Amino acid sequence: MALVEAIGVRKSFGHTEVLRGIDLEVERGEVVCLLGPSGAGKSTFLRCVNHLETIDAGRIWVDGVPVGFRAAGGKLFELREHEVARQRRDVGMVFQRFNLFPHRTALENVMEGPVQVLRRDRAEVRAEALALLERVGLAEKAGAYPGQLSGGQQQRVAIARALAMKPKLMLFDEPTSALDPELVGEVLDVMTSLARDGMTMIVVTHEIGFARSVADRVVFLVDGAVVESGTPADVLDNPQQPRTQQFLAKVF
Amino acid sequence: MASDLRPNDLREDLVVVPLRHPWRWVSGAVIVLIIAGLGWAMAEAQIQWEDVPGFFTHPVMLEGLLNTIVLAVCAQGGAIVLGVVIALMRLSANPVARWFAVGYIWLFRGLPVLLQILIWFNLALVFKNISIPMLFSVPTNVVMTAFVAALLGLGLNESAYMAEIVRAGLSSVDAGQTEAAKSIGMTPMTTLRRVVLPQAMRVIIPPTGNNFINMIKGTSMASVIAFLELIHAANNISSRNLEIMETLFAAAAWYLVMVSLASVGQHYLERAYGPR
Repeated sequence: MALVEAIGVRKSFGHTEVLRGIDLEVERGEVVCLLGPSGAGKSTFLRCVNHLETIDAGRIWVDGVPVGFRAAGGKLFELREHEVARQRRDVGMVFQRFNLFPHRTALENVMEGPVQVLRRDRAEVRAEALALLERVGLAEKAGAYPGQLSGGQQQRVAIARALAMKPKLMLFDEPTSALDPELVGEVLDVMTSLARDGMTMIVVTHEIGFARSVADRVVFLVDGAVVESGTPADVLDNPQQPRTQQFLAKVF
Repeated sequence: MASDLRPNDLREDLVVVPLRHPWRWVSGAVIVLIIAGLGWAMAEAQIQWEDVPGFFTHPVMLEGLLNTIVLAVCAQGGAIVLGVVIALMRLSANPVARWFAVGYIWLFRGLPVLLQILIWFNLALVFKNISIPMLFSVPTNVVMTAFVAALLGLGLNESAYMAEIVRAGLSSVDAGQTEAAKSIGMTPMTTLRRVVLPQAMRVIIPPTGNNFINMIKGTSMASVIAFLELIHAANNISSRNLEIMETLFAAAAWYLVMVSLASVGQHYLERAYGPR
């Protein structure tokens, strides 16, 4: 069974239907990049996977569990917020605007989840958090506050913060869109190494180069629906749909 | 206007005349004169200055001081707790809770504190007993002492202001912070305690400090229901020796001491929660 199975996902904001029935499967260890013009619903879909948005119709299963629900006796029971919180432990998320906790140091940001949510031993978590900061190349910035870090450094701390929960799945919501061009590379490098280590990832991005070299599969969304999906070689180099061709022509 | 200097004229002995500010000297002198005049007037006034220190440390004055501090701290403390609750109700998804919060703030912020204190103090006139059927019942005039009436009047009014301050503080925290907290599996309570409130404090503390200073002075209104705070203590002392101004000055000095200490405390709190 696939790690993520989305079936007929629909979502409206007011009268605007943002997702019009999305079907998507992501296998364990797979890296899927969501591409498409702005307003296509890529970020909204990603947020639905983490139940930051509730969906209007359809279902999303992560690791055999329906997101936001409990299956029992052939029925689905909507979960309370603190029960949803338990489901989110297994899914890491990285935001466009980093969203680090500004009143805590880089190390404290990374430790926050395991200590406060998983109630794990502080000393043990601290050692792991330092190792994670080392992994994203920021061991020497452990004591720095987010305001003292560059955008690229903040985003790498944010990745370490998500990894500290040892998630089964990582969601990246345009992780490099708010960065100065010269800082994009350092964040993509961390994500590339994460993909190489076998992490399951769904990445909303405009970095075609990253999608080409790292993604196992590229999914192209337009107006809340999947237009084309396949390997990077198929979708990026030999697009079949006119909307995909138009978009790629503009990007390159 | 033609200049008699060239741009490249860089003689060592060139005289540069700084701009004069004669009006600064004049206005400064006027202010000093006014202060000196006031000082002279105070010295000439028929005040027994030598008696003021005695009233400052008079046992009745010290009792009034202690009561003032206890009342101000209890009323403010209660108001902060209630204010957080009302603010959370105001931001709640439950429409009944939201309406209640709006009505609560409308009522307790809308009525003068003095009126509220008087209503609480005279509650026994209309309700002989305070009771919850089958649980307990107590005579109102036993419960509603001057202290309790003042505490309710000051505290409930302040809680309405605190609710608005806390709401502004909570709303000032970026929505992305809550989302990030959720994404690492935090429950709503943990998110509030670990992520939102610490950041909201930066917005909450300055107006709360201001309000506490107002609260210290506002306790003086409890004197109308004969609660022994500083003003009432001063009146008690002066009713015996008729040195009304001298005892009031002693009370005034205590207010300034308390307010100064509160300002210092606020400064350190602001620094503790300040930007990194």
